[in-house]
Amino acid sequence: MKIHEYQAIEIFKKAGIPVASGKVASEAEEAVAIAEESGYPVVLKSQVLVGGRGKAGGIKVVQDKETLISTFAQLRELKIGGYPVEKVAVVRAIDIKKEFYIGITVDPGKNDVVLIASAEGGVEIEEVAKTNPDAIKKYYLQGERTLDLDRFQGFITSIFDDKTHQDIATDIFQKLVQVFFDNDCSIAEINPLVIDGEGNLLAADAKINFDENALERHAELNDLRDMTYEDADELEAKEKNLSFVKLEGNVGCIVNGAGLAMATMDIVKLAGGNPANFLDVGGSSNPEKVLNALNIILRNKDIKAILINIFGGITRCDDIAKGILQARDQIDLPVPLVVRLTGTNETEAKELLSQNGVETYATMREAVEKVVSLSQA
Amino acid sequence: MSVLVNENTKVLVQGITGRDGSFHAEQMKAYGTNVVAGVTPGKGGQEVHGIPVFDTVAEAREKTGANLAIIYVPAKFAKAAMIEDIEAGMELIICITEGLPVLDMVEVRKKMEGTNIRLIGPNCPGVISPGKCKVGIMPGHIHKPGPIGVVSRSGTLTYEVVYNLTMADIGQTSCVGIGGDPIIGTRFIDVLEMFQNDPETKGIVMVGEIGGEDEQIAAKYIKEHVTKPVVSFIAGRTAPKGKRMGHAGAIISSGDGTAEAKRAILEDAGATVVDFPDEIPALFKEKLGL
Repeated sequence: MKIHEYQAIEIFKKAGIPVASGKVASEAEEAVAIAEESGYPVVLKSQVLVGGRGKAGGIKVVQDKETLISTFAQLRELKIGGYPVEKVAVVRAIDIKKEFYIGITVDPGKNDVVLIASAEGGVEIEEVAKTNPDAIKKYYLQGERTLDLDRFQGFITSIFDDKTHQDIATDIFQKLVQVFFDNDCSIAEINPLVIDGEGNLLAADAKINFDENALERHAELNDLRDMTYEDADELEAKEKNLSFVKLEGNVGCIVNGAGLAMATMDIVKLAGGNPANFLDVGGSSNPEKVLNALNIILRNKDIKAILINIFGGITRCDDIAKGILQARDQIDLPVPLVVRLTGTNETEAKELLSQNGVETYATMREAVEKVVSLSQA
Repeated sequence: MSVLVNENTKVLVQGITGRDGSFHAEQMKAYGTNVVAGVTPGKGGQEVHGIPVFDTVAEAREKTGANLAIIYVPAKFAKAAMIEDIEAGMELIICITEGLPVLDMVEVRKKMEGTNIRLIGPNCPGVISPGKCKVGIMPGHIHKPGPIGVVSRSGTLTYEVVYNLTMADIGQTSCVGIGGDPIIGTRFIDVLEMFQNDPETKGIVMVGEIGGEDEQIAAKYIKEHVTKPVVSFIAGRTAPKGKRMGHAGAIISSGDGTAEAKRAILEDAGATVVDFPDEIPALFKEKLGL
């Protein structure tokens, strides 16, 4: 789960990390009040959850009230990556002497949490990784949740030259580690961390992503979710323990297991059709899931045919078969359904379906070819 | 021969009194797997399908000689279940549970350091050595003994591949589902090494998907160390960038994570990458003269 810069700044501030002074505003009057409190010039930063807002014209420096009001209005009209700018952070302009990148994330290949720093801040770290990989320094926590200060010394001195900045940066990193673990983050980063005219280190930007799988133990973080970025169907699917991603095509897919669900979409495409969605009904099955899945898929009016492709393992085919029959009784299916069931309790499932006049296919290829031809009829 | 599990495997089921644990304990037993114990805290002394239930893993291990633990407990208890297994010295842990926080897995991997314990999963279907032992949630009847080793990040897609092999009368030494999470206990290269060293495995199927770098690392390993034919399928060529496709690890976050990039690097390493899972049997017939 992603949160906005201003929300991440708030979390960093609470943790004691020095941040550039500023606040977020939805209306021009609020923005003016914030600017007058901090003093001009101020930077107006559009709050969106997509990258490249600078390039899209979403960040502007203004010198006075009049320009602030007109620029604020422009930003609020802007769409960045298709998303509206609903809030703008108003931050006192900093006299930047130097910019750094610091961040924490999980390195899956090392099964460990890694601290990353670079003296080339202010640009995307992925860009630095390509153009100047030597400028990126890493410190692995080695399974610990605190810094080993002796080992950390080598890391921090490779980025910051003077002792005072090394000490402050160490303190910032310690707090960042705390934030990372306390909230089950998948990323916590400051880019740039700047040295200002007075020699202070400040977070001039902030980014935090949370691990979706851990949100259950951080109920308070759910309030930070910006619903503008959530697809209503995807959210409803999640509530019903289905995993759903909408695509452009017209062949609805209901599959069990993420790998098979992806493969089903791929094969629909290779067979000349166009998948309308990814939908994984998940492990443990109950008949209700088929009905929920059909309801979500059928909201897409482009759908011409639906493929149910189930390979039973922990999912039992007879549960799915019962679900198909229940769904057929409860909703009027406007498009043809192609069913393929194999695996756990397959015999019971096929018997149940054939007794009720539902044809089933034995292989994925047959079922896919059938559904693609129906979608083109 | 087979890898990871065989006739000597003694299985302990964590979460045996739950819906999934109970159902699959019975299924495993019916397949012929030696299921010797179940563990659910507070339910020690009961029996499930004739399998004695204990309160702790340590007690179950001591009384039954169980050497493999399979985990069916909900995500919020899975870390504790794995740590209990590590502390009790189980040789092999298979975690079926999905939805674990990543930092829980960092903790589990740290706890495993310096031990000889092997973990498979989490978020995986388990391991089967057809005709000998099934430890997981896969449907046993689609498998048959034979010369192909199968390793996969997916569950049901593995069944699809195995089903096609079996229908073509090509059996399997072992099928290993390593799981779809970013941090897992055993990766492609670990299982590739096992199959390369197993004299009865003549060919290998590797089922990968978008996201992460494990297929790329596996490709390098195949190029340098694997002499047996490798056939691969990579799921997710129609997946949009930046969207998580069900599995926590299945997300294209850079150009290296796409199905096309993985396919290219695997082909360069000498593996054959197919478009359809049902193309795999014919390839082995040709390569191995089956």
